[in-house]
Amino acid sequence: MTAAVAKSVLAKSTAHSIVEASPRSKAVAGGLVILYAVITILPLLWIVATAFKSQSDAIAYPPKVLFEPTLEGYVNLFTVRTRQTPDFIAKLPPPETWYDKLVRQRDMVIAGPSKVVPRFVNSLIIGFGSTFLAVFLGTLAAYAFSRFRIPLADDLLFFILSTRMMPPVAVAIPIYLMYRQLNLTDTRLGMILLYTAVNVSLAVWLLKGFIDEIPREYEEAALVDGYTRLQALRKVVLPQAVTGIAATAIFCLIFSWNEYAFAVLLTSGEAQTMPPFIPFIIGEGGQDWPAVAAATTLFVVPIVLFTVLLRKHLLRGITFGAVRK
Amino acid sequence: MADIVLRNISKRFEAVEAVRELSLAVNDGEFLVLLGPSGAGKTTTLRLITGLEAPDAGSVMIDGRDVTHDPPGSRDIAFVFQQYSLYPHLTVYDNLAFPLRSPARRVPEPIIRKRVEQTAELLHIASKLNNRATRLSGGEMQRVAIGRALVRDPSIYLMDEPLSSLDAKLRAELRLELKRIQLELGATILYVTHDQVEAMTMASRIGVIRDGQLLQCGTPREIYESPSSSYVASRLGTPQINFLPAHLLSDVPVPPGTETVGIRTEHLQIAARNGGRMVGRVHRVEHLGEQNHVHLDYKGEMLVTLADPRQPLQSGQEVELHLVHPLCFDRAGQRVPAIIH
Repeated sequence: MTAAVAKSVLAKSTAHSIVEASPRSKAVAGGLVILYAVITILPLLWIVATAFKSQSDAIAYPPKVLFEPTLEGYVNLFTVRTRQTPDFIAKLPPPETWYDKLVRQRDMVIAGPSKVVPRFVNSLIIGFGSTFLAVFLGTLAAYAFSRFRIPLADDLLFFILSTRMMPPVAVAIPIYLMYRQLNLTDTRLGMILLYTAVNVSLAVWLLKGFIDEIPREYEEAALVDGYTRLQALRKVVLPQAVTGIAATAIFCLIFSWNEYAFAVLLTSGEAQTMPPFIPFIIGEGGQDWPAVAAATTLFVVPIVLFTVLLRKHLLRGITFGAVRK
Repeated sequence: MADIVLRNISKRFEAVEAVRELSLAVNDGEFLVLLGPSGAGKTTTLRLITGLEAPDAGSVMIDGRDVTHDPPGSRDIAFVFQQYSLYPHLTVYDNLAFPLRSPARRVPEPIIRKRVEQTAELLHIASKLNNRATRLSGGEMQRVAIGRALVRDPSIYLMDEPLSSLDAKLRAELRLELKRIQLELGATILYVTHDQVEAMTMASRIGVIRDGQLLQCGTPREIYESPSSSYVASRLGTPQINFLPAHLLSDVPVPPGTETVGIRTEHLQIAARNGGRMVGRVHRVEHLGEQNHVHLDYKGEMLVTLADPRQPLQSGQEVELHLVHPLCFDRAGQRVPAIIH
């Protein structure tokens, strides 16, 4: 049954479909997809919802599905607050903003902005910076491996891959010592370089696969027409490798965006990213789950946006039909 | 326009000797077809001329200039690849304009537009200019690929089996068109194919190539009528030339040294038995409409020839065979000059 469904889904998904799926198998396939979507999206929705709960609603048991939404979680995420006596608060001039008011209802006053914005900016710079570098270097290396006769190419490729065979944390201490020596600890540059180094192996391998699939004739035609190798790469190869580049960029971004172990080890202030920052919120004045959920929601948004933006390029099939083998 | 001269050019890919000491001259305005089976070194020869491969030995001259070590872009060659190799991310217009937009050329856009439109007109694809290259039929794609070569007005055109992936009808159509275009432009074309019909219909001269060596070069008529070897003879003619060991023809006069006799359909006449010495048995008759393919059994050897469908022939029937000026070959397969009757 499952095999039949899978087969019908497969038949639908290719342009060369011969057998039209029956309405029943379509319905079953649709049902399975919806079920899967619910299973994967539900936890995400729960996080988004928790961010709008009050602290007591967030830990209520049985869990509350319907609740009175509040922005307290977000206010707590973006501010640093101090607890004051009701007398002290009563003496203060009336609150100027809605969030001042919200905080004072909890016997607290806002002492200043929290570090979430700079941490988020760090994550953006380090995540996208290392992704760009890894994909850029990976594309050039993959192109060279794919097109030129490189001595010991297979060994080099294996060597590049082998950097991925060990969990990166296994080399944490040597890297920590190296970084201390080079004054790279707790710098954005250090983190960008580190994540680039980890990602570039993945990028080379993924992109080599994609570039191998682009027929050489395309570039050769361009070379004969008077283009240089680099011009041919830019005008002919890259537009056709967009699919692969987009997929690779998403993989790289997800890794560097989520990376926790090195971020904890190597960053503490200046260059700290969101992953080590979020658990830090938990420890601050009780377990503030709505604030954690708010931070998590914000943390997920860029990845979702990036994936949605590149979605169009992830669909394969652009190059099919133009070259006959 | 220009001529091409290859001098003793060789190219080896690891264990495979793709081209061996090949010398060839393509004259200005000539349509030369290299004919050979796949793996004969045809494509490598083209790639050597283009500069996409560097020869191990020998030299390439274009228009009297030694270009052996020049990059492909500076040789003023247009290359039509075997596959369509259109850029799928571009429209037909942009595909055609691509060679003209090369940074080495810097053609102004209005001139590009004019040239692209002229070329599209010539190839009957003017209505498709705004289509994506992937939205074309096979024949249209191949026209665009040829158009990309024509748009540039290079000194020579190299074509690597440009029609091989098309169906028979389109092939026949484009054959005529290519020949017409070549005559119109007075272009020098070196064309590679394994299809003898393409070679016979389009070529001013045919070069027969095998195992990286040029066996014979001449007009289609020369190659067909006086092949230098049994191999060359077998490349042209439908049905394929029949070979008989000379000793089976005891009463037919052959020149000394003849080991095999090559018999094309026009060398063989079939008649009802009338006392002739060479008797064969009709094995099978295939009706093709305007003519019949007759399979004959002659002393255990199979001969295939054409016959008039009005001639009553039935399988099992014994017939008399008459040979008229067959081709004679020695032990090595080299041609032996025939005795003039």
